[in-house]
Amino acid sequence: MKILIIGATSAIAKASARLYAARKAQLFLIARNEELLIELKEDLMIRGAHSVAYYVLDLSNQKNHGEALEQARQSLEEIDIALLCHGSLPDQETCENDYNRAKEEINVNGLSIISLCTELSKVFKAQQSGVLAAITSVAGDRGRQPNFIYGAAKSMVSTYLQGLRGKLLAHKVHVIDIKPGLVDSPMTSKFDKGLLWSTPELVANRIVRGIDRKNHTVYVPGYWRIIMATVCLIPEFIFKRLKI
Amino acid sequence: MQLHGWGRFPGVTAELLEPPTRESIQKLFGTKKKHGPMIARGAGRSYGDSSLADTVLSSRFLDSFLEFNATTGIIKCGAGVSMGALLTVIIPEGFFAPVLPGTKFVSIGGAIAADIHGKNHHTDGSFCDHVRSFSLLLSSGEIIQCSRDENRDAFLATCGGMGLTGIIINATISLHKVSSVFIKRNSIVAKDLDDCMDLIDQNEDSKHSFAWLDCLARGKSLGRSILHLADHCADGPQQPKSRVSLSVPFGTPRFFLNRLSNKLFNNAIYEMWKHRKNPSIVNYDSYFFPLDNIRNWNRLYGSKGFLQYQFVMPSSSAREGIREILKIVSESSTGSFISVLKKFGNANQNLLSFPTAGYTLALDFKNEPSVFPLLSKLDEVLLAHGGRLYLAKDSRMSEDVFKAAYPNWERFVEIKKTLDPSNTFVSHQSMRLGLTQ
Repeated sequence: MKILIIGATSAIAKASARLYAARKAQLFLIARNEELLIELKEDLMIRGAHSVAYYVLDLSNQKNHGEALEQARQSLEEIDIALLCHGSLPDQETCENDYNRAKEEINVNGLSIISLCTELSKVFKAQQSGVLAAITSVAGDRGRQPNFIYGAAKSMVSTYLQGLRGKLLAHKVHVIDIKPGLVDSPMTSKFDKGLLWSTPELVANRIVRGIDRKNHTVYVPGYWRIIMATVCLIPEFIFKRLKI
Repeated sequence: MQLHGWGRFPGVTAELLEPPTRESIQKLFGTKKKHGPMIARGAGRSYGDSSLADTVLSSRFLDSFLEFNATTGIIKCGAGVSMGALLTVIIPEGFFAPVLPGTKFVSIGGAIAADIHGKNHHTDGSFCDHVRSFSLLLSSGEIIQCSRDENRDAFLATCGGMGLTGIIINATISLHKVSSVFIKRNSIVAKDLDDCMDLIDQNEDSKHSFAWLDCLARGKSLGRSILHLADHCADGPQQPKSRVSLSVPFGTPRFFLNRLSNKLFNNAIYEMWKHRKNPSIVNYDSYFFPLDNIRNWNRLYGSKGFLQYQFVMPSSSAREGIREILKIVSESSTGSFISVLKKFGNANQNLLSFPTAGYTLALDFKNEPSVFPLLSKLDEVLLAHGGRLYLAKDSRMSEDVFKAAYPNWERFVEIKKTLDPSNTFVSHQSMRLGLTQ
């Protein structure tokens, strides 16, 4: 099994990579911090990975996406699964008042993923096989007051993936949209955690299961599908008054 | 946020820091230090207030394996790696953890800080006896290597030192080679306490042994128990099947565990084991971690939680002392739901390590007002018999009882002062026991 993981040092990516390592996968990792990549490589080898290679890249700069993927393709020869995990959780207040910050966040959480998907589509089309899985968020299901910049970027990716799924169907490429709810990871360290929070390990478990089963949209954990369906049912004249 | 140990008592409000990398932990200390008194926390499996302070620093993201030599069986990993994760990695290579506690959800850092013991203490010693070295982050921001040869004082104070010397970043551990992870178990019925202790003494060759004890039995059957003896099978598959796991989703009502349900439970266990076939071959998981497949079983004690009372008494006084303690407990209005008796081998040189030659008994009590005077009464019996309590399970021992039972505490405080002159590492427990100001 040959797996490309982008944003590999994020908590969810790391946990997913460990599950694939236990399956003796060949892994190619892309992330920004080389020191963390070196440590993760060793960790994955000890956990059973067949081989691990990596490429250091700041993903917010689209210029090098093609080069990074070319490296991955050469290293793995064929990509069975590409898992896109990178992202950031912006401060809504700051982004609302500063367009440049909003643009940066939309770039990281939205456009950079579309850029990678564009390049990956070419690879997968050439292979006539592969699974493209991207982590979006339940925040993309409806624009809510506390985080609609992040939500807008994620919803852009979700909409894009829906279309891409159809386009790539003819090429035997499968596209999965993974929508985690609240995840207790370094990205959310500032929040008080309650009942609805899940661990990166659980999310990773569901991602791998979703990829195995070739699901289309995976809510993690599953109850978020019901929560978000309910949120989407609230009439707008009420919803606009809610600060949820 | 609200934090508590595994016993769910006491609960405190604390600031929880979860730095994602070693560098980000290091940045919290030294000249850039911003936080007041703090304590490290691994998996949060100590029972009382050992990992509670105003600021709590979690090692959960220090969960990487760093080096593994599958020939020599020496592994180096982050302090936040769990015992379960360790087993998953080493079992396929034919290795096993040198010491296993009653749950696989503890962290390696926590295992060192509490110098945990297992069912094989009488043959293999405690966890730190298999730790070759570790990196310790001091409050100055410096990281030092500690082993029996290098920074020996820091090593002896940190092993069993409940996190009061610094933050354990990673550790190098010697593993055991095993023929199989399947366990051959013999379960023997003991009709009373003497019978049980005789059987334990007669079966010292058995590698992993412990006795489950019915602490509600009185009179002639006081201390009736089931002694479990186990050794690794000579051969057989290395990879066990996974078990079905259940979960307790929320705290049960306070009355759920009461004297009657306790009695029924203990009787049922006793009757069940009486009729089991011997020997039986079981998966290591179900032998070592019987409670792990009921996630959050600590919630069964209700919202106020429970207290564990685990003590050790020297062999010379243990028979008499344990009998007296069981008598007091069985005559009280409360009772221990699960009670475990086991024999320890000799103590090591670590300053605050719990195990010492003798017998250890672990009792658990639902947190209710009547428990505190009862346990104080047990403390008196314990001290009179030269025993001591396990710090990783303690949430209420008094400073006097601690200092009387752990004579090395003064030496420990001296070493702590040199390692942590700013007195940064402080837990609610260390304050209560007079180990820190």
